[in-house]
Amino acid sequence: MTREEIIEKGQVVYKKPTLLNDTPMHYCPGCSHGVVHKLVSEVIEEMGMTDKTIAISPVGCAVFAYKYIDVDWQEAAHGRAPALASATKRLWPDRLVFTYQGDGDLACIGTAETIHALNRAENITIIFINNAIYGMTGGQMAPTTLLGMKTATCPYGREVSLHGYPLKVTEIAATLDGTCYVTRQAVHTVAAINRAKKAIRKAFEYSMQGKGSNLVEIVSTCNSGWKMSPEKANKWMEENMFAFYHLGDLKDTGADK
Amino acid sequence: MAKMKGATVVDTERCKGCNLCVVACPLDVLALTTKEVNRKGYNFAHEVLADTCTGCASCATVCPDGCITVYRLKTE
Amino acid sequence: MKGNEAIAHAAIRCGCDGYFGYPITPQSEVLETLAAEKPWETTGMVVLQAESEVSSINMVYGGASTGKRVMTSSSSPGVSLMQEGISYMAGAELPALIVDVMRGGPGLGTIQPSQSDYFQACKGGGHGDYHLIVLAPASVQEMADFVDLAFTLAFRYRNPAMILADGAIGQMMEKVVLPPFKPRRTEEEIIKECPWATTGRVGGRKPNIITSLELRSEEMEIINNRIQAKYREIEDKEVRFEEYLLDDAEYAIVAFGSAARIAKKSIEIARSQGIKVGLLRPITLWPFPTREVRKLAGKVKGILSLEINAGQMVEDIRLAVEGKVPVRHFGRLGGIIPDPDEVVDALKRLF
Repeated sequence: MTREEIIEKGQVVYKKPTLLNDTPMHYCPGCSHGVVHKLVSEVIEEMGMTDKTIAISPVGCAVFAYKYIDVDWQEAAHGRAPALASATKRLWPDRLVFTYQGDGDLACIGTAETIHALNRAENITIIFINNAIYGMTGGQMAPTTLLGMKTATCPYGREVSLHGYPLKVTEIAATLDGTCYVTRQAVHTVAAINRAKKAIRKAFEYSMQGKGSNLVEIVSTCNSGWKMSPEKANKWMEENMFAFYHLGDLKDTGADK
Repeated sequence: MAKMKGATVVDTERCKGCNLCVVACPLDVLALTTKEVNRKGYNFAHEVLADTCTGCASCATVCPDGCITVYRLKTE
Repeated sequence: MKGNEAIAHAAIRCGCDGYFGYPITPQSEVLETLAAEKPWETTGMVVLQAESEVSSINMVYGGASTGKRVMTSSSSPGVSLMQEGISYMAGAELPALIVDVMRGGPGLGTIQPSQSDYFQACKGGGHGDYHLIVLAPASVQEMADFVDLAFTLAFRYRNPAMILADGAIGQMMEKVVLPPFKPRRTEEEIIKECPWATTGRVGGRKPNIITSLELRSEEMEIINNRIQAKYREIEDKEVRFEEYLLDDAEYAIVAFGSAARIAKKSIEIARSQGIKVGLLRPITLWPFPTREVRKLAGKVKGILSLEINAGQMVEDIRLAVEGKVPVRHFGRLGGIIPDPDEVVDALKRLF
């Protein structure tokens, strides 16, 4: 059987979701953002929410998310996406409202907006890309940078005495009464990607069911910022990031509500 | 016994040559070109062991740029 | 009722969809009144106390992005915190209402009334080349009336509008006729009226994007020029002002908000002493009544800018007058409202 026959007569088992348009994404080769963009697009499509989704993009590498996923987008100021999302969801309760934020945006400059939106039990989902570094500005220290990790602004490695500790926002979120579903995922393997997709779907569904706020952290690579190949970055993430940022659900009260 | 035969189609112009699909493929079906580059200058992924592909879609699943379409056909 | 309360009642009555704010003296009555009125049970208006002014203005940014009539209110230090969001809204061309009930500064300053945020309100305030449409009420009645007017102008030009009041107008109690009830627009009406809004891709239309970002310089310049052309149109069409006893005036006072009220009393005193003086009260501070001030310069011997600040609007008056007649400033600082007699003394001393 030839390749042509398989393509002609076979079943499509995987193709890019149509919601992810053909505009080439500006992300570096191997960047986790692309995978998460695909998952978000797939889940919106599968939920039939294309015409009812309002997404909020951040400042950071994902600032142009609105160019790639064909839903309505609001481009927020740095860190403020949860505030935009709070108002949007309250004003349009039957819409699927989510933010897409990086660690600099969410865990640093927008900590207040994040914590308060989550704790107000806004019926939104926050997708949090944590790659422990500032990607867009060229690899500076993030609040989530691991101890010992080298970045442009901690070139000798992050040190407690100089820079304090890495921040686990997701653990904080899990302690808030307003959150419904708080989970930490990754997208480095097929199995991880499938789990991350299920998590995003669950978060979006809880948002639509009015069960409170949802946070899906995706521990990600920034191979450019980390100065590694995409493959090596995945390995480094498994060995170093997962040891500090444990994967799995931190909280799921959706079934009780 | 029924066997799964697969085929991958790579959007070579969209591909950035990150190599994650090559690593993800359990059967070494894909590889990056060594000489040929696309219009952006990237070596791109292509099938080198086409007959071996079972259409498991691991390559397409991990592809950050959504470059790969996977087809699958059951054969006797 | 108080000016701040009038703002709240007018918001409910004019079909406002959402208020997002944070308490600060001397404007907390806006949020307090809304919370007590519970409009979410009547008109369906959303009222939310945010965690900060930074958050409340960004809630307004989000709400305005969806085509809804949304607003916030604050006072000077809080409005300083909002400048980031205001700049983004001006850049993304979003209609919204921001109420600033000014107190004295700089810094934490004082909780007493002031007009020292004229520059901030009229000259941008945040970063980038932009303007807000700025309305200056001089009575509790105007506090009520300007809410709907500000929304109307904001939506007409897709530009944020500001009601720039001061602590005196916010706290003062006067009789007021509240505007008649106007229903909130339905979601269908909003989708029709605001085809640019991020309401979800209703009917499968192309995605709408609300953003102030454009990295291609040529494209950004086109956007900047389009926004500037809009500002020229607003300057041309939307100048509002009040004239008082200017027909026979030899001197003119230009004053806005509570300073204009003091000016009227000062004019009465001055005229009783044979000094022919009148008042030009800008109602829109931006667009500024430049043409009217210029016309005035051809008629009077001098112009006094009466402001409860160290002299801010006086710069716009001088630009309009182009040196034709002397332009002087008189004002008090520290939260002190000038006494009508000292204004008359200033007139005599400065001209």
